Amino acid sequence: MPHDHHDHDHLSPSGHPYRKDNDGALSYWQTMEVAIRELMVEKGELTPAQIQAQIDAMDARSPANGAAVVARAWTDPEFKARLLANGSDAAREMGFDIGPMHLVAVENTEDTHNLIVCTLCSCYPRNLLGLPPDWYKTREYRSRAVREPRAVLREFGVDLPADVTLRVHDSTADMRYIVLPARPAGTENLDATALAKLVTRDSMIGTGLPKGA
Amino acid sequence: MTLPVGASVRIKTMSPLGHIRTPKYLRGKTGVVERVLGPFNNPEQLAYMVPATPRTLYRVRFEMGHIWPDAEAPQDTLDAEIYEHWIDQDAP
Repeated sequence: MPHDHHDHDHLSPSGHPYRKDNDGALSYWQTMEVAIRELMVEKGELTPAQIQAQIDAMDARSPANGAAVVARAWTDPEFKARLLANGSDAAREMGFDIGPMHLVAVENTEDTHNLIVCTLCSCYPRNLLGLPPDWYKTREYRSRAVREPRAVLREFGVDLPADVTLRVHDSTADMRYIVLPARPAGTENLDATALAKLVTRDSMIGTGLPKGA
Repeated sequence: MTLPVGASVRIKTMSPLGHIRTPKYLRGKTGVVERVLGPFNNPEQLAYMVPATPRTLYRVRFEMGHIWPDAEAPQDTLDAEIYEHWIDQDAP
């Protein structure tokens, strides 16, 4: 019986082990962030409402933004050409404010698969995909995605054939990247709204494929 | 002088401390300019709030088999953004 443990000191009433609380002391940098934030509010440089509005704006961004861009590219060849030529302008054209960052879209085809990583930190196209998943920021993903990317992809369930070229993109400086996945076969009759529902976050990072692919 | 697309470039092997944007695994490696991204204020200076010089930023494509001799698929590629001051202009 899974819950019939004898070592009850380490188990919750539900029979599962207690998870360590995430309430340690603030780190040096967390303390500095709190201090600077409070100073800026005290000095009138920022208001708490402005800070909350920025947090809300960050939380409002999600992979649905990127999925809309991908679905448009799948259904509008001229838009796709503009997206591949200048990702920043194409995203703005769809109403997504991408700020000062520059967006590069890379296209998956029958013979090419693309994978995005940021080995130096955790650069991510947040304006189109929202906050990055925790694994994207781990040292394991960041190092292995450039060292043994095909093994990493297999762990994500993507087994690339030997005759497909894998292009890994390390966002080392001022660009942000989004993968334009290949449109799944058999979706000819779907409109952009229905197609967008097939586009997963991971398919736009390159660690996954769209639903139905 | 801006390098053209297709130019073969070697990445410098210097190891400065601080906020740098060229990963160690590419230093000393040779790649090909994939596209020219244009001038950007050098983030290695911006990080310290000192006056930042506009520098040409390139996307350079490397072959996996060149970076990692034991690469599973040597023909796969790695593209990274490399600033002009990281390119060894004296390399052949």
